[in-house]
Amino acid sequence: MTMLNVGRPTRPEAVEMDTHTSLNGGRGLLQDEGLLFEVGRPDRTGVDLEPAELDASDLGDLVRTAPIGLAGLSEPEAVRHYVRLSQKNHAIDLALYPLGSCTMKHNPRLNEKMARLAGFADLHPLQPQSTVQGALALMDRLAHWLKTLTGMPAVALSPKAGAHGELCGLLAIRAAHESRGDAARRRVLTPTSAHGTNPATAAFVGYQVTEIGQTEDGRVDLADLAAKLGPDVAAIMVTNPNTCGLFERDIVEIARLTHEAGAYFYCDGANFNAIVGRVRPGDLGVDAMHINLHKTFSTPHGGGGPGAGPVVLSEALARFAPAPWIVHGPEGLRLEEEARGEAADAFGRMSAFHGQMGMFVRAYAYMLSHGADGLRQVAEDAVLNANYVKARLQGAMTPAFPVGPCMHEALFDDTWLEGTGITTLDFAKAMIDEGFHPMTMYFPLVVHGAMLIEPTETESRAELDRFCEALLALAQAAKAGDVDRFKGAPFLAPLRRLDETLAARKPRLAWHPEPTAVAPAPQVIE
Amino acid sequence: MRYLPLTPADRSEMLAVIGAASIDELFADVPQAARHVDLFDLPLHAGEIEVERELARLAARNRPGGAGPFFCGAGAYRHHVPATVDHLIQRSEFLTSYTPYQPEIAQGTLQVLFEFQTQVAVLTGLQVANASMYDGSTACAEAVMMAQRVTRRKGAVLSGGLHPHYAATTRTIAHAEGMDINCLPAAIDAEAAVIAAIGPDTACVVVQTPNVFGVATDVTAIGEAAHAAGALLVVVTTEAVSFGLLKSPGEMGADIAVAEGQSIGVGLNFGGPYVGLFAAREALVRQMPGRLCGETVDADGRRGFVLTLSTREQHIRREKATSNICTNSGLCALAFSIHMSLLGEAGLRGLAEINHSLARELKAALETVPGVEVLSPRFFNELAVRTPVPAEVLVESLLADGIVAGVPFARLDPTAGLDDVLLIAVTETVTSEDIAELAGALKRRIAA
Amino acid sequence: MRFTKDHEWVVLDGDVATIGITAYAAEQLGDVVFVEVPEVGRKLTPGDGLAVVESVKAASDVYSPLAGEVTEANTALTGQPDVVNASPEGEGWFAKLKIADVAAFEALMDRAAYEDYLGTL
Repeated sequence: MTMLNVGRPTRPEAVEMDTHTSLNGGRGLLQDEGLLFEVGRPDRTGVDLEPAELDASDLGDLVRTAPIGLAGLSEPEAVRHYVRLSQKNHAIDLALYPLGSCTMKHNPRLNEKMARLAGFADLHPLQPQSTVQGALALMDRLAHWLKTLTGMPAVALSPKAGAHGELCGLLAIRAAHESRGDAARRRVLTPTSAHGTNPATAAFVGYQVTEIGQTEDGRVDLADLAAKLGPDVAAIMVTNPNTCGLFERDIVEIARLTHEAGAYFYCDGANFNAIVGRVRPGDLGVDAMHINLHKTFSTPHGGGGPGAGPVVLSEALARFAPAPWIVHGPEGLRLEEEARGEAADAFGRMSAFHGQMGMFVRAYAYMLSHGADGLRQVAEDAVLNANYVKARLQGAMTPAFPVGPCMHEALFDDTWLEGTGITTLDFAKAMIDEGFHPMTMYFPLVVHGAMLIEPTETESRAELDRFCEALLALAQAAKAGDVDRFKGAPFLAPLRRLDETLAARKPRLAWHPEPTAVAPAPQVIE
Repeated sequence: MRYLPLTPADRSEMLAVIGAASIDELFADVPQAARHVDLFDLPLHAGEIEVERELARLAARNRPGGAGPFFCGAGAYRHHVPATVDHLIQRSEFLTSYTPYQPEIAQGTLQVLFEFQTQVAVLTGLQVANASMYDGSTACAEAVMMAQRVTRRKGAVLSGGLHPHYAATTRTIAHAEGMDINCLPAAIDAEAAVIAAIGPDTACVVVQTPNVFGVATDVTAIGEAAHAAGALLVVVTTEAVSFGLLKSPGEMGADIAVAEGQSIGVGLNFGGPYVGLFAAREALVRQMPGRLCGETVDADGRRGFVLTLSTREQHIRREKATSNICTNSGLCALAFSIHMSLLGEAGLRGLAEINHSLARELKAALETVPGVEVLSPRFFNELAVRTPVPAEVLVESLLADGIVAGVPFARLDPTAGLDDVLLIAVTETVTSEDIAELAGALKRRIAA
Repeated sequence: MRFTKDHEWVVLDGDVATIGITAYAAEQLGDVVFVEVPEVGRKLTPGDGLAVVESVKAASDVYSPLAGEVTEANTALTGQPDVVNASPEGEGWFAKLKIADVAAFEALMDRAAYEDYLGTL
C-alpha cells in the first residue's frame, strides 16, 4: 500500500483568542475599499474607444481646457471596486428587511429580465409613436390594472416616485378648485402621524398645513376633522391603511365629511400592499391616491430609487390629469403630450417624457405573474405575517395598539424598554448584530420610541420565526441588563455607529485632493 | 404562487398563533360594503413562460433604437453602456437595498453616493452635488425653487433654448408655489434675449447649453448680468457627455447646475427612469433639495459615510422642507457612477470627442442635401436643421427606409411655429455609414 | 435674565436685548450642528422667527419673544455651532435686539419662575 503521508491538517486546531484582529485592519474577506479617487487614476480607463480626429475649431473658447478631475478604472478594477462596496450593504436578498412603510419585499428577477428586452429598454421617448405601439399598449394595460385594482376611473402614470405622485394629486385638486373659481381654499389637513412627504408636498403646492388629531386607538379623530374642515380647506391627506399599520375604520365617513365641506380626499397609497386585490380605494370615497410601484408592485428599491408613483384619480379630478395622456385613436394608441384636445384641462406636466417606463414593465410583469388571485393572496399574506409577528412578540414588547388586528405592519412603542437604559435606537442597532436590518424607528411621530415592523408577504414562516426569535432574545437581554450589547451596537457590521454630528457640523460632501480632515482608518494592531 | 412562501398549512397554524379564526377576521376594520368577496375582473396568475411570452409580444411591436440608423436626441441620447455596468447594478446588495438610513450596513451605497457627488461636482465645475434627483427636468424645477429660497424673489426667466418639457415641468411646479415664470419664445439663438428679460424680482435665469436646438453657448455674460441684478444663474445640460468637451457650468459662472445624467450608464428606457444631476456653489448647500452624503468617522475612528444635513428634508422638516423629494434615483446614480469610473477622465474626453467629430461629419453630410439648412452654428453632438417639408412628415417618410431621422421640434412644442425644424443627434453608436444613409434617404425623400 | 416658555433667555442692557436658548433647551436638542441667525436690520414682532437651530435629527425655530430691530447677530455660531452646547446662556447667544417696550421684557419669567415651569414638564 502506497501512502501519501504529507498532507494538510483537516481538522481545526483549538486556539484560544478573545478578539482577533488582522494585520492589515480588514476583516477577512471584507476589506476596506478606498475611494474611487484614491484607487483610480486620470489616465486609466475601462473602455476602448478609437481616438477621434478632433477638430473643435468651431467651438473656440467653449472647449474645456483644464483637467476635469475624474478618476478612471480598468474593467477588472471597476468590478472589484463595486463588488467590494456592495458587500458592505444589507439587502432584501439577504434577510427579512422589516422597514415599516417601505415594503421591502422580494424583487422578482423575471421583472428585471423583461425590463431589459430591447423592445422596451432601447426605445427613445420621442421616436415616432407608430414605432412604439407595444410600449404604449403596455402603459395602457398597466393603467387598466391600476384602475381596476383601485376602482378609480383614471390614472396619471408620469409621476416618478411617491412624493412626486402626491404633488401630482394635489396639483389636480388645486386645478379642480381653480376651475370652479374657488381660490379661497388655502389649507390641507393631515394627521400628525402622516409621512413627512404629505406636509412637505402640501407646502410645496403653496398650501398651509393643519394637523388633525388622533384617537386613542390610532385612527383619525373624526370630531377634530369635522371641526377643522371648512370652506378654506382644499384637501385632506390621509394614509390608509395608516402609518400605525391600522385600517381607518371610519374612512367612508372621513370621505363624506370631506366632500360635504367641498374638499377632496387625497389618500397616501404607500400601504396599498395591505389591501390590494381585496379593497378598492374608489369604494371608500378617495379622490386621488398614488401607488408606489416600488412598494406594492415589487420594483426594486435600488438603494434609494428609482421608484414610480402613478396617481389614480376620481371622476371629479380625472380631466385635470397632467400630460401626457394615452388616447385610443383610429390608428392605434397615441400620446397626447400637450394640454389640448382630450387633455385640454391637463394641469401641466410632471416631468419630461412619459414616466418611469422601466418600472412600468417590471410592475406589469409582477401583476401578470400574480393575477387577480395572487394579488389578493399578497394582501392576505402581508397582513397575516404582520399579525403573526405581533402575536409572537407582544409578550416581550409592547404593541402600540394592542386591541384588534393590525394590517401589514406591527407597531410597538418603547414602554417595555423603560428602566433598562436602552433606547429604541440601541435596540434597533443590536438587531444588526443578529443579522437583520432595523425596523422603521421613531415613526410615526405619535408613538413614543416607535418601532414599525413590516415583514411583507414574501417571508416564509421559517424566516419570520428566525426574526421573532432574534428579537425575543434581544428583548430578554435588554431586560436582563445586558446594556453594553445595545449601547455599543453594532459590533459585527462593516462599521460601528457613525458620528452624524461631525458630518453635519463640518460637511464634507465631495472628495478633495488635499489631505482629509478626517484621519483614514488606522492600520495598527491593537 | 412562486413569490409567496406560505403554504395553506402555514397559514392555518399562524392564524392559530394569532388567535384568529380566519383571514377575514384580520380585515375586520374594513367597512363591510368595501370587502370584495369575488376576485376583480383581471386575469389569473401566470407562470414565467406565459409572462415572458406576453411581454415579448408587446416588445416586438416596438422598433428598438438598435434596429437601424437612429438619430433621436432632444434630451435623451442613445449611448453605449458597457456590459459591466448592468452586471454590477444587478448585485443584490445594490439592487435590493433601501435608502441608506442605517449607515453601518449601507456603506456600499453611501460610498458610491459620495463618489457620485464628487463626479457630478467636478463635471459641473461646482463644489457640492446631491445624491441625485428624479431626472433633469424635475431637477430644473427644483433649481428654480431653490433660487426663490436663496434670493427671496418670485420671478424666473427661462431661456427659449430650454427643453420645452423642462420649461413645462418648471412652470407647472414652480407656478404652484406662486412663482412668476417667464418662458421666453423658442428660438435657435434664444440666449440673446435672456439678459433683457432680467428684472428686479428675478430669482434666477435658466439657460441650457447645448440648448434644445443643439447650440452650445458661452453663458458667462448672462451669468454676469444675472449676478449684477442679484439673481442666480442656473445652467441646464441635457447631454452629460458634453461635459467631456465643453466648458463646465461652474466655469461660466453658474450658481446652480442641473443636468440629465441618462447619457452615462442609464440607457433610453422610453423616457425613464433617468437620473437628475444637481450641483451648486458651496454657500448654497443648505438650500439644496434632495439627499446629501457626507464623510465622517465611526465609533472606532474609521472613515465612513452618512446621509447628512437631513434637516432640509421632508422626513424631518415636514412642511418647511426644501423639497418634498424622498425616493430619488439611486440605482441610476450608481449606473452613472460606474460608467463614469470606467470612462475616467481620458475616456470621457475621448467619448465626447468622438461624439463631436461625428456631429461635424453629420453637418457636412447634411449640407449636401438640397433644401436642408443646418441651423446650429456651434454644437456638440446635435443639430437643428430646417426642412423643406414639415419635419414630422419627413421623419415618418424616412421610417420606410428603416431610418429614425430625429425629433421634430414640433413634437416638443407644437405652438412655436417651428414645424420645419428637425433635431438630429449622433452618438458613438452611430456609424459613418448610418450618416451617409441618412443623407442619401433625405435627398431621395425631399426630391420625391 | 428673563425666560420664556419656549426656552429662550433674554438679557437687557439699556434698550438692547440679547437673546439665546436656555441650557435646558440646548440639552434637549442634543449636539447643535447649525444655527441660522437673522440679518442685522431686520424688524421683528413677538412670535417672528429669530433663528433656526439644528441638531442632526431636528430643526427648531426660535421665535422672538420681544419686538425690536436686530442690531447684531452672533455670526460666529455659523462656523462653531457647538458653542450653543458649550455655553448656551453665554457665548452661545443668537442676536441682539433694540427694543422699545421694556415692560414686555419685565413681563417675562424670572429664573425662579422658569425653573418652576421646567418642573412641570
